[in-house]
Amino acid sequence: MHRYVLRRVVMMIPVLLGVSLVIFTMMYFTPGDPARLILGDTASEAEVEALREEMGLNDTFIVQYSRYLKKAIAHGDLGTSYVTGRPVITEIVARFPTTMLLAMLSVIVSVLIGIPTGIISATKQYSIFDNMAMIFALLGVSMPNFWQGLILIIVFSLHLGWLPASGFYGPSYWILPALTIGTGTAATITRMTRSSMLEVIRQDYIRTARAKGQSEIVVILKHALKNALIPIITVIGLQFGRGLGGAILTESIFSIPGLGKLMVDSIKARNYPVVQGGVLFIAVMFSFINLLVDILYAYADPRIKSQYRRRS
Amino acid sequence: MNNATPLLHVKNLHVRYTTDEGTVHAVNGVDLVMKKGETLGLVGETGAGKTTTALSILRLIPDPPGEITSGEILFDGHDLVPYSAMKMRKVRGNHISMIFQDPMTALNPVLTIGDQISEVIRLHDRLSRSEAYGKATRMLELVGIPADRMGEYPHQFSGGMKQRVVIAIALVCNPLLLIADEPTTALDVTIQAQVLELMQNLRTELGTSMMLITHDLGVVAKICDTVAIMYAGEIVEYGTLQEVYNNTRHPYTKGLFGSIPKIDVRERRLKPIPGLMPDPTHLPQGCSFHPRCPFCTDQCRHKKPENVLLYGDHFAKCYYAEDGLQ
Ligand SMILES: Nc1ncnc2c1ncn2[C@@H]1O[C@H](COP(=O)(O)OP(=O)(O)OP(=O)(O)O)[C@@H](O)[C@H]1O
Ligand SMILES: [Mg+2]
Repeated sequence: MHRYVLRRVVMMIPVLLGVSLVIFTMMYFTPGDPARLILGDTASEAEVEALREEMGLNDTFIVQYSRYLKKAIAHGDLGTSYVTGRPVITEIVARFPTTMLLAMLSVIVSVLIGIPTGIISATKQYSIFDNMAMIFALLGVSMPNFWQGLILIIVFSLHLGWLPASGFYGPSYWILPALTIGTGTAATITRMTRSSMLEVIRQDYIRTARAKGQSEIVVILKHALKNALIPIITVIGLQFGRGLGGAILTESIFSIPGLGKLMVDSIKARNYPVVQGGVLFIAVMFSFINLLVDILYAYADPRIKSQYRRRS
Repeated sequence: MNNATPLLHVKNLHVRYTTDEGTVHAVNGVDLVMKKGETLGLVGETGAGKTTTALSILRLIPDPPGEITSGEILFDGHDLVPYSAMKMRKVRGNHISMIFQDPMTALNPVLTIGDQISEVIRLHDRLSRSEAYGKATRMLELVGIPADRMGEYPHQFSGGMKQRVVIAIALVCNPLLLIADEPTTALDVTIQAQVLELMQNLRTELGTSMMLITHDLGVVAKICDTVAIMYAGEIVEYGTLQEVYNNTRHPYTKGLFGSIPKIDVRERRLKPIPGLMPDPTHLPQGCSFHPRCPFCTDQCRHKKPENVLLYGDHFAKCYYAEDGLQ
């Protein structure tokens, strides 16, 4: 297992190299001159040219990319923000806790809603509860997050005045954004839990558990859920991974200073180093979450675990 | 009949499944008696309703679509049909256990063998976790698997070993009745005999009665005391092994045995009988066997025959049972 994890970490290197190359290339060919951007319209052509030289923007693509990689690997230096002049890595790290918190809260919301709803729906298939849950799930999946966020703001902030609509300063600020993202994800998790449970509760070993005299609740929660969990873990992991990349629209609506907002602002300002660094960071996060999901699989399913053991 | 309370007395049991294609009349008035310590062989073609009957006794018919519509299941004198879910749970795994047809899917893939055996002990015996584990370990060894495999998972076991584990789970709480639904059909021919012998030894040792559902008339002849022949949801012939094998009265049973039903020709499997089992959504009028019966008369086409009591407990559901069929 340990060797498997190690190998997976090593395998992340080519992936990240690929991502960095793609994003660097895209930024390189994007029209617009960073030096001009930094100095503004009033600067003279000579000044801009001098800055270009200083920043190494006149070097060939290969030279620029190698320099970027070398700095990134040797010093964790992803460049400097054109806007604030601070290291990109500092910018990202400053925003990350907010995004992390929002991602975790959303996942908690979605799991707390999605898994119980999915389980009840499956055990009471075609009941009124199941039908209602499926309608809500369909709504949740098809309703865009930003729209849902706006509705929540209108209802809970403007009309009822219970919760703040923007900022991210404390628990009362967390509720609406976490609900916005969490309920959307909950819909996906509900559907996944339901279909996965429906498949599992038809299995023979569930009948065996009942034939032992086990109570229905233990049959469902112990015997069925543990088997149904694998596809559910995948969905949760995927959603969490996405959340760590910053929820771009939700962060913008609620003015949350997270990674998503940083990315949007940087793209608007053509702040290339931050965009590059951000994308790279998101790729790293995604790879780690994927690895985490795979490790969780092994805990949920002993068959997968012994496969890893055999392979490594 | 015996005047001591039978261990199991199924009376006029009816079970149906309601599906989109129609109502499946899976069990249509089953009568069965099992005495304590006895082994009953339940024999019939596929779709006859054997599994449905067995599941009804444990009240494990999947509902929906299945439902016990009428009848009584007297276990040790108590009717199980009206039992609450709670009361039924105390019976399952404790007084009545079941071994299912396919050991490959009968065990939970994400729980260890040890946990799965301990679970049933913990449910019915007042034992601590470690005591239960100890008892489970001894049971595992009793079915011929070394104790150090308690922590392993089902996928690490072969089919035969899995069925041994299933047997361990079924017998560890020392039930009065063991229902074995084709316990060896899914296994390799070479290990079928082993597993059967193990079951037979354990149940003799523990004094458990057994209902053995099987297609194998040879196995029935070897280990059963009484035989029940099932056709289209009914028991068409029932009696002691000797009676049913040597004094066969129902044409369906005769068909199963082939032309010379002699108890010494025991290694015989079910013989194919011309025709098919009736569609359980549209059972024929009268005797449900009449479309395939070579002795069918007008009476058989219109009115269902009653049980005809023959020698001792031996009965057959046929108008001509007493005459013998020549
Ligand atoms: N869950 C179900 N839903 C609908 N019909 C069912 C269900 N289970 C069984 N049946 C039907 O009930 C009838 C009896 O089935 P059952 O499984 O009891 O037969 P069996 O005698 O055990 O056959 P086999 O020898 O193949 O195991 C069959 O016609 C079958 O199709
Ligand atoms: Mg069956």
